[in-house]
Amino acid sequence: MTAKPKLAVWKFSSCDGCQLSLLDCEDELLAVAGAVEIAYFLEASRAVTSGPYDLSLVEGSITTPHDAERIRKVRRQSRTLITIGACATAGGIQALKNFANVQSFIRSVYPHPEFIDTLATSTAIKDHVPVDFELRGCPISKHQLLELVSAVLNLRKPVIPTASQCLECKRAGTVCVMVASGTPCLGPVTQAGCGNLCPAHDRGCYGCFGPAEAPNTASLAQHLAVLGQSRRDIELAFRSFNANAEAFRREGNAHERE
Amino acid sequence: MASKTPAPADRAGVIARAALDELVALLAGRGYRVIGPQLRDGAIVYDDLARADQLPAGWIDQQEGGSYRLVRGPDAALFGHVVGPHSWKRFLYPPAQKLWQAERSAGGFTVTTAAEPEPPLAFLGVRACELHAIAIQDRVFGVESGDFTDSGYAARRQAALLVAVNCGRAAGTCFCVSMQTGPKVTEDLAYDLVLTELLDDRRHDFLVTAGTARGAELLAGLPQRPASAADLVEAEAASARAAVQSRAMVPGVADLLRQNLEHRHWDAVAERCLGCANCTMVCPTCFCSTVEDVTDLSGDHAERWRKWDSCYTLEFSYIHGGGVRRETAARYRQWITHKLSSWHDQFGSSGCTGCGRCITWCPVGIDITAEARAIRDAEGS
Repeated sequence: MTAKPKLAVWKFSSCDGCQLSLLDCEDELLAVAGAVEIAYFLEASRAVTSGPYDLSLVEGSITTPHDAERIRKVRRQSRTLITIGACATAGGIQALKNFANVQSFIRSVYPHPEFIDTLATSTAIKDHVPVDFELRGCPISKHQLLELVSAVLNLRKPVIPTASQCLECKRAGTVCVMVASGTPCLGPVTQAGCGNLCPAHDRGCYGCFGPAEAPNTASLAQHLAVLGQSRRDIELAFRSFNANAEAFRREGNAHERE
Repeated sequence: MASKTPAPADRAGVIARAALDELVALLAGRGYRVIGPQLRDGAIVYDDLARADQLPAGWIDQQEGGSYRLVRGPDAALFGHVVGPHSWKRFLYPPAQKLWQAERSAGGFTVTTAAEPEPPLAFLGVRACELHAIAIQDRVFGVESGDFTDSGYAARRQAALLVAVNCGRAAGTCFCVSMQTGPKVTEDLAYDLVLTELLDDRRHDFLVTAGTARGAELLAGLPQRPASAADLVEAEAASARAAVQSRAMVPGVADLLRQNLEHRHWDAVAERCLGCANCTMVCPTCFCSTVEDVTDLSGDHAERWRKWDSCYTLEFSYIHGGGVRRETAARYRQWITHKLSSWHDQFGSSGCTGCGRCITWCPVGIDITAEARAIRDAEGS
């Protein structure tokens, strides 16, 4: 019998919610534990096995010089490296600092700014090391995570479509909140995968899964203005969990206050 | 799908509003899964119907490009609304279907098809444009021809019972008149019964005509009286009202688009087009699907799923080397030229029924009739 693949889960700047999705698997958790050797997963266990690792799941963004160094070490020890969540794939909500003056934040928030050692930006893992696959979401979907791990273990292509959220809504029969009630929604430019969570509860999509393939954010922004959204509203709509994902960053910047 | 029998107008009957409850009960009693329009989340959707009082009495829809709103109508009409975000295709051709599953066994694997027995479907409230859409999908999925029949679709379709309804008004995005697909249900269409709502201060009735022997037999089980000349006149007036439509497809659109595959207007559309695929999802004739293979963690269990897909996704035209239609302009052109032009070559009719769903449910209100007209108006430029 061959040894089970070694799984490592790494945390960078993040809230831990995506790692938690793995523990959240509950019904499937035993199957996961049976399929892989959980070699490094501090949120689940203090027991650590040294590398190299067959599959590394990386959560979080790079916000400190120390992070930038550590991710290179993780990459060197990982045969397959997959980033999970908006922080790791786009810089996360903390990438809002990319659009502001970090030094002034530090001065106003911390009594001892001299203890703070941070980069001016929060950036995605792929901006620092090569990444084999990116799993989107804030947080990620546990179904997509299981699908991805299953695909990696079985050497097949993961079924993680990159098309818009609208496909997911329409397949589910969810009534479009933007057309039927004028609710602003980022669904048409956001990648599917969350299970159309917000539109199914009469809310517009917040873009947690980041830009869909070929997103026409300019056209959507124009329509949001027609729906009564101010320039500032539109800027903020694109500047949330995936503010630093290229398409959303561009559109947010285009609506930045003068 | 029962064979067609002539339905002369003199065989039309009139049933009272209350008889619709009996019709629903009759269908349910015969084992049908009855589906009909009802109010949900600010729209009229199609879903399982236990009783006729679930029908959206008194609600009408105001539709424009990218906008749908329900408002109270002038009366308690059950079918005063027109078509909403759903179409009957989601029942005949479900958005996600498991095709088969496989289990690894010693030295190989065992495949089982997932053919759960399904109750026959009965649709209540099918509009003329929707009967045309079903007829189009019947051709696409080979219900009549044997060579490439989609067996699941054909089985559901052949078992389905269709209770049609004549529209008494048109929504702002309707253009069935210009597509010759409505508003009146014509006798060449496949339906079992067709209703026309007759409603004024004094009464709430339905003119009913059977289109099949099965329909006639159902109708015979309902309390009714023969239709009078006045009933027929009133029904014609309702259809005439619904024929007043503000949108129309440009004549000769199939040739027009064929001759304008290169046109600067495609880029103009692409500036607005979100590429989100909503138009294809709500279209009652769009039939494209993708196939997804998944396994569990162990790899011992595999499944193949078929899901609604769209020519607007990049993956859709992916072949070795990349997607064929990488620009939004190319994807929009693919959709509209297929729908209005090359569909004729492929299936012998237009793929468009003038239902207007693609206009209403496009988040930015791109209008298939306006885009075709823009091509015509700027032809050769």
